[in-house]
Amino acid sequence: MASSDPRPGAGRRIDEPTGTETVGHEWDGIEELDTPMPRWWLWTFYLTIVWGLVYVVLYPAWPLVTQATEGVLGWSSRGQLADEMARESERKAPILAALAQVPIERLPEDSERMRAAIAGGRAAFKVNCVQCHGAGAAGGPGYPNLNDDDWLWGGDLKAIEYTLLKGIRQPGVDDTRQSLMPAFDGFLSAEQIGQVADHVLSLSGKARPNPAGAQVFADNCALCHGPQGGGDRTLGAPNLADAIWLYGGTREQVVQQIRAPRHGVMPAWEHRLDPVTIKMLAAYVHSLGGGENFVEVAADPAVAVDEQP
Amino acid sequence: MSSPEAGSGQQVRAALANLNAEARPPEPPRPRLFEKRKTVHNRRIDGPFRRFKWTVMVITLAIYYGTPWIRWDRGPYAPDQAVLIDLANRRFYMFGIEIWPHEFYFVAGLLIMAGIGLFLVTSAVGRAWCGYACPQTVWTDLFQHIDRFVDGDRNARMRLDAAPWTLNKVARRAVKWTIYLVISFWTGGAWIMYFADAPTLTVDFWTGQAAPIAYATVAILTLTTFTLGGFMREQVCIYMCPWPRIQSAMMDEKSLTVTYKDWRGEPRGSVKKAQKEPGKFGDCIDCLQCVAVCPTGIDIREGPQIGCITCALCIDACDRVMAEVGRPRGLIDYVTLEDARREASGEPARPAWKALLRPRTIAYFSVWGGIGLAMLFALGARSHTDISVAPDRNPPFMLMSDGSVRNAYTVKLRNMQSRPRPMRVTIEGLDGATMWSDQMSRDNAARALTFTVPADSTAPLRLYIVAPPATPAQDFAFRVTSLDEQRETDIGETRFSAPGDPQ
Repeated sequence: MASSDPRPGAGRRIDEPTGTETVGHEWDGIEELDTPMPRWWLWTFYLTIVWGLVYVVLYPAWPLVTQATEGVLGWSSRGQLADEMARESERKAPILAALAQVPIERLPEDSERMRAAIAGGRAAFKVNCVQCHGAGAAGGPGYPNLNDDDWLWGGDLKAIEYTLLKGIRQPGVDDTRQSLMPAFDGFLSAEQIGQVADHVLSLSGKARPNPAGAQVFADNCALCHGPQGGGDRTLGAPNLADAIWLYGGTREQVVQQIRAPRHGVMPAWEHRLDPVTIKMLAAYVHSLGGGENFVEVAADPAVAVDEQP
Repeated sequence: MSSPEAGSGQQVRAALANLNAEARPPEPPRPRLFEKRKTVHNRRIDGPFRRFKWTVMVITLAIYYGTPWIRWDRGPYAPDQAVLIDLANRRFYMFGIEIWPHEFYFVAGLLIMAGIGLFLVTSAVGRAWCGYACPQTVWTDLFQHIDRFVDGDRNARMRLDAAPWTLNKVARRAVKWTIYLVISFWTGGAWIMYFADAPTLTVDFWTGQAAPIAYATVAILTLTTFTLGGFMREQVCIYMCPWPRIQSAMMDEKSLTVTYKDWRGEPRGSVKKAQKEPGKFGDCIDCLQCVAVCPTGIDIREGPQIGCITCALCIDACDRVMAEVGRPRGLIDYVTLEDARREASGEPARPAWKALLRPRTIAYFSVWGGIGLAMLFALGARSHTDISVAPDRNPPFMLMSDGSVRNAYTVKLRNMQSRPRPMRVTIEGLDGATMWSDQMSRDNAARALTFTVPADSTAPLRLYIVAPPATPAQDFAFRVTSLDEQRETDIGETRFSAPGDPQ
């Protein structure tokens, strides 16, 4: 048997049908032809070597102690990212400039501009707002839902922008949205608190009317929440007659809120974000389905608006 | 095997013979690791198969170079190029057909048809694709004609190859390679025309305004055409291409292939020898014409082999010789292996076309044609209006201050016509619900809204649906109707979520 011969090349023979020499090994009668490689194959191999050398010269290749060799072209993945980011901000620059020029009241006039603002606001919302208001802007207990049509401080573009700029109950910020509901625990008796809670729930049909509660309400609550419980946006006093409850709509939750009210806060974004981003955020929040029209623009389209902010 | 190995084999055989002459071989012969290519100089031939090859070449090249320049009027909103793969806008135009990305199954269907077509052609006529229609074959053929045009026929080319590098040879090579390069460049240039408006791209290309990818594509295809067509040629078929391997697995004993009828031809002997000793020799006069005309440089008389692309030029050559020496044609011919056995055992030859009609090819053809007809029907019957609905999942529903419940949906209206069309979207089911979009005020909420969808595009809408208080969660649907004479309609089923919805 040829394979038992240990010498290299031993057992080589010419294969009759092809006229090609075998490599000299044989396994169970199977032999291998020693067909020479085509010459171009060799050239292809040399070409890959040349390619590799050129690549090493042009691109980052050899790892050194702190970084790799830089390559003649100066390319780096980080640099490529920086380039792409620069190109993107260059693309956005005219849109942002236009948004900076236009006052927020005039934003909806150009649907193209409005769409750009909403898109930009959606991105900024994901970075700055989702922590409290949630990814879908649906809020949570104590954090207002921005999709609905119930607004504590106003739901037109201008009001939303103002809330964003100045924040809510921010100490040290002039003109911040400010109000404080007193704690009625001790000021009203437990029975009175229960009565007024029943009255509040009755406003939206969730309890039977309670005349005693109505009296307590008229004496203590109507100043801010309105005689019908409709709320007051200048004070951020919630509408108590609707279906939406920021801190929950059960009797216990309402009682709890009357005894020791919680007050939501929101940062003032005036000095944290640029004006255009705030404008875009306002447009986005306004577009979520509950945005309100401005009364003044609807009444008088020629309203004097400062074109040069 | 083909000639390169055969050459080395002979040399090794001679070396071995020398070694065997000595008592003990001192050392085995030094193995040759690499084999230089033996250039194929095929002789000019004329005949039915050569003319068929010419015809296929003219048609395929005309299709390849000419198609992008055919115009096709689609109105003001769509390109007027008959065949256009518009990658930037995700559209594929082919005459009256326009394919969108979501209809890619038509392309998948075409690929399946191409696959079954390969089964069909291979089972019937063997490697006919390799012999006539493969781009590698067509361009190799074209470049071999250039060789003949510049340097003359086989013998002149062999002489010139062996000649030293005189000024004449340098000039001839320069002319030839320049023609190669021009054809290659034209080939690469034609390719990019399929991906953009051809006249515009041509102007852009020559004024330096085309996209870098256009120049890179042309450069790469010029290089590959120049190398593969000008120099690699039959080596692509023999060493690189998978088709010969796949096709040899798909052929059977009933497939037509180019066959040397050895039972008729052997033993070989010249006409003179045959005159001296009648009855001793077969019909093959060993004139080597079949080898001389072969574009891959093989000897068909060695039997079927991977290097044979079945272009049948050897049939033309042999028939011509047989006519000259007064013997019947078809010493080399398209024959199936089965018929070859039958003929060898003395039965009369069967006409080649009968090999086409057999259950296997008919079955392939039925499947192939069936898929084609089904696709044509699907193309003709498809709707050009489409709606897709995706309900918001976060939040799934929204309680409004009056207790009603609002859901938000991303709705996409698709207009596949090349003109803007008004479309009406209506709510089906969900009693008492109204809708509005983010582009309008809730004051105009209604159960039916009309939108104008731009030509050839998908309009994304954000629709808000509000249902009266205490509406339970339920399934409902959006229906879109095109407000034109076609009145095409489509329905998008979805779900309305409400507080307490178990889903």
